[in-house]
Amino acid sequence: MKAFIYRRVDTATRAAAAAVKPGAKIIAGGTNLLDLMKLQVETPSALVDINALPYDKIEDTPDGGLRIGALVRNSDLAADSRVRKRYGVLSRALLAGASAQLRNKATTGGNLLQRTRCYYFYDVTKPCNKRNPGSGCAALAGFNRIHAILGASDQCIATHPSDMAVAMRALDARVETINREGEARAIPIADFHLLPGKTPEIETSLKSGEIITAVTLPPPPPGVQVYRKVRDRASYAFALVSVAAIVDTARGRIRSARLAFGGLAPKPWRVAQAEEKLANATVDPTNFNAAANAVLDGARGFGSNDFKIPLTRRTLHGVLAEITRS
Amino acid sequence: MDEPESTRAPDTIEITRRTVVETGTTALLLTALPRAALAAAPVDDSEPPSPAVKIDLQINGRSHSLMLDPRTTLLDALREHLALTGSKKGCDHGQCGACTVLIEGRRINSCLTLAVMHNGQSVTTIEGLAEAGKLHPLQAAFVEHDGFQCGYCTSGQICSAVGMLAESRSGMPSNVTADLAEPQPELTDAEIRERMSGNICRCAAYPNIVAAIKQAAEMPT
Repeated sequence: MKAFIYRRVDTATRAAAAAVKPGAKIIAGGTNLLDLMKLQVETPSALVDINALPYDKIEDTPDGGLRIGALVRNSDLAADSRVRKRYGVLSRALLAGASAQLRNKATTGGNLLQRTRCYYFYDVTKPCNKRNPGSGCAALAGFNRIHAILGASDQCIATHPSDMAVAMRALDARVETINREGEARAIPIADFHLLPGKTPEIETSLKSGEIITAVTLPPPPPGVQVYRKVRDRASYAFALVSVAAIVDTARGRIRSARLAFGGLAPKPWRVAQAEEKLANATVDPTNFNAAANAVLDGARGFGSNDFKIPLTRRTLHGVLAEITRS
Repeated sequence: MDEPESTRAPDTIEITRRTVVETGTTALLLTALPRAALAAAPVDDSEPPSPAVKIDLQINGRSHSLMLDPRTTLLDALREHLALTGSKKGCDHGQCGACTVLIEGRRINSCLTLAVMHNGQSVTTIEGLAEAGKLHPLQAAFVEHDGFQCGYCTSGQICSAVGMLAESRSGMPSNVTADLAEPQPELTDAEIRERMSGNICRCAAYPNIVAAIKQAAEMPT
């Protein structure tokens, strides 16, 4: 681990002012950042510890939604009675991620900002445009079993590893931030994570020094909520494919559907056309297939991850069959 | 190594199955770890050290004040600066659970956090579970059910199980809980396995670990 200056701050504007300095990094749970620092993938010259900030509460909002402080731990969010009752897909996604020890430490804001688990990003002896812009992408022609089939570029095919963010995408969450001037803004989660394009090192729409204060959820949409995660072992593994689905069904017809996918792309993936295929459609495998076709429009495998294309189709069929049964 | 092999005293150390669960001792460490390692720096690269910071920790009920390089993980602080070697370094990346300790009663991976981030907090390690010479019920259950072979993961397993039972009693659901609305999900074998998935045992003593935890879970607290 490279040497750094450690500083604990007690206000958001101080945190933002400290974080704007070159080489500074915010640390909250630290479960991903410290892992990367040990490997010298991350080499901050200053760590700004924000654990003393008052962002550890989950509050009801006047419109019937929830406001989740950026420092709420993943375990506390998953166990919150309101989340379990009204946003089951979020509780399920959180419980499907990492281990209990990590969930006790990992925060809501940090989960959104975690880096990819691409093997080549983690291996500092290999080229990686995300870690070292312009050095190339070793995953393109490498072992790319866990990599993206959607939204990738010729510069980077890494996936975003979060389960939580996939559920939040289905729930139309907004990411609230503050900057050093104390100005707040709310970013729709759809716009929070960026596609790699020519700049895979830029992963979010956060500006320098801007820090996450909370994630807000609008009132839960009608329908049944399901999170299904397909992975290499039954627990404590990243998703190969995951689906966060919220589907409202009545008398054999789907009234509305929301589908967000993890494991497939550089960000939680949602396709409006797929959801439109299901709106007012009968509960029928043909319609499920039309939705899967829309999700997979433009999908491309890179060799080892070709299996994700049929796996996505089958997982979606399974989820839609389950969710429309009740 | 600073210490010649001949100065080790492998024949004089008696390790019983009780010693393993009480202190996290393993034969491998006692015979192979040179004394110099206990005072080792937290990092092995040639970086100039960061300025040391003062850190106060309440560990197993005792106050400790340390001056540490801020890079020092909580695990290294325990093992290398306080000689509390019960907590083990397995993967050092939060993947194996051998380093699990309790912070304010909650289980975490001590390898993936900095000691300085826990200034003023209370830490419980495997060495702090027994009371007045009496094993913690989970320690006793691990002995009774033979919940280990080599013992390297055991202190992490036991600390993790202590945290897990507290979570379970507070109504925490898991990925295999059928109904999220259930305020107190029953601690079935499947629940125990899922909730303990952050602790890997390469000897695969899992059936006995589950049996030990199940027995301890059924005891009154």
